Amino acid sequence: MNIVVLVKQVPDSGAERELRSDDQTIDRSSANNVLNEMDEYAVEEALKLQEALGGEVTVLTMGPEQAGEAIRKALQMGPDKAVHVLDGALHGSCAVATSKVLAAALRTLNPDLVLAGAESTDGRVQVMPHMIAERLGIAALTGARKLTVDGGTLTVERQTEEGYEVVTAATPAIVSVWDTINEPRYPSLKGIMAAKKKPVQTLSLADLGISPDEVGFAGSTSTVVESTKRPPRQAGTKVTDSGDGGVQLVEFLATERFV
Amino acid sequence: MAEVLVVVEHSGGAVKKLTLELLTLARTLGEPAAVVFGAPGSAAALTGRLGEYGAAKIYAVQSDELTGYLVAPKATVLASLIGDVAPAAVLLGSTQEGKEIAGRLAVKLDNGLLTDVSDLAADGTATQVVFAGSTIVRSKVSRGLPLATLRPNSVAPVPAPVTPAVSPVEVPLSDADKLVKVVDRVVEQKGSRPELTEASVVVSGGRGLGSAENFKLVEELADLLGGAVGASRAATDSGFYPHQFQVGQTGKTVSPQLYVALGISGAIQHRAGMQTSKTIVAVNKDAEAPIFELADFGVVGDLFKVVPQAAEEIRKRA
Repeated sequence: MNIVVLVKQVPDSGAERELRSDDQTIDRSSANNVLNEMDEYAVEEALKLQEALGGEVTVLTMGPEQAGEAIRKALQMGPDKAVHVLDGALHGSCAVATSKVLAAALRTLNPDLVLAGAESTDGRVQVMPHMIAERLGIAALTGARKLTVDGGTLTVERQTEEGYEVVTAATPAIVSVWDTINEPRYPSLKGIMAAKKKPVQTLSLADLGISPDEVGFAGSTSTVVESTKRPPRQAGTKVTDSGDGGVQLVEFLATERFV
Repeated sequence: MAEVLVVVEHSGGAVKKLTLELLTLARTLGEPAAVVFGAPGSAAALTGRLGEYGAAKIYAVQSDELTGYLVAPKATVLASLIGDVAPAAVLLGSTQEGKEIAGRLAVKLDNGLLTDVSDLAADGTATQVVFAGSTIVRSKVSRGLPLATLRPNSVAPVPAPVTPAVSPVEVPLSDADKLVKVVDRVVEQKGSRPELTEASVVVSGGRGLGSAENFKLVEELADLLGGAVGASRAATDSGFYPHQFQVGQTGKTVSPQLYVALGISGAIQHRAGMQTSKTIVAVNKDAEAPIFELADFGVVGDLFKVVPQAAEEIRKRA
């Protein structure tokens, strides 16, 4: 089974994150950039399937030059190779335009299965698997906490508000995973060394047959008008319990009319 | 006045609160028209409630095919409906399903999509709070009609009763809509508590609870306050509470009127999911815990003493 894992470089969610004042895109210069945490679970799931079923695992990303760091990070875990869609005209692309590019790249790779993290920690939009599936006319099974493959049939257990549901589809398909699905491996020293030599193919928009005006700011379907920093929350009253902490808490709740 | 399509979320014959928020918001943009997806006969039970909140029209899309497959058929039906009625805007809930339908719709129509909005102005400008509550973004759809998903607890639902006109909608589905089949739906933990993302009060427990057994303290306080129960990632990873109740960066984002954090240190991963709560109350034994930086009221102390005492005090006042 040939698998493509979608990965994304994001600003570290544990650090201060900002939008650039000039074009309202993510400021990648001020942030510590990391591989999106959820993507590690997608890579792990791909590697587990490869161990069981054979085939090839390819990492795919779209992003600026420095997104290559996230590719290397993912390759250290064990995938065979990577594809990096890199083109200056992509800067400022919205989700709709991004899905067009990723779908085109996936067409060239023609995998049996596409794996993705359920969300990125920067945008947290969660729509990419369905957007891609819509374009490719393949099944999207999102938010998996368990994935089983039986020949060409995929079965996914996904969390819902009220419990869970079991959904099934035939390959080719795209599956997004939550962090409940597995425990990602740490790259071994051997893996880290090997990753340096793994092939990373770069694809431009021209390679994908997409015109620059279909992506980036020019081709985007939504625009950020402005962004402002929200004033940080102010700490309120802090009391140390000296035997009546619970009562004081309820008194506060009463003044706020919660009890 | 142009129609504003609102995709209804319902469960067990009841309209979800988020849909009432959507209808309230829709009234500021045009004439609300509710789109109900469900099994045959499911729309009738919802008509009264939808009318109470201003749905002048109800498009009833009822078929067993809709419930047997994941979201793709709903997006197909909506795309067709949008073509027919040319609405002023399309609003969905920022739930997993709402966002997925909207994502597909955006591709089908080559239309912009604004997710997790907390407001949508009449001129189409949306407000979004991003990066763990640190940044406010105003954005617009630049191609197509305003298509947005609303974050729960963003708008106070206000009734505006009308008698809805119900129109059945039938749209033939293609094979591409039926690629993902639902084979089983399992309801877990469906108690009397409100849903986590919709609740106006959320009481969450963290590592400080120490065990799954001790989470009954959190549940007790939640029940006394009429709230939902949440948990930090440390608590769900330790198996103290099921994962679907996790609040934070990799779990649910909540924005209730009152958030009570018990034994939660307040790591950024957790804050990302609760920072926009109106009022925050915390109990933690560590006076330096970062949760106190955002708490409107904090008690430094042993939660196993403070929480039972608070529960007792609430009972006394009831």
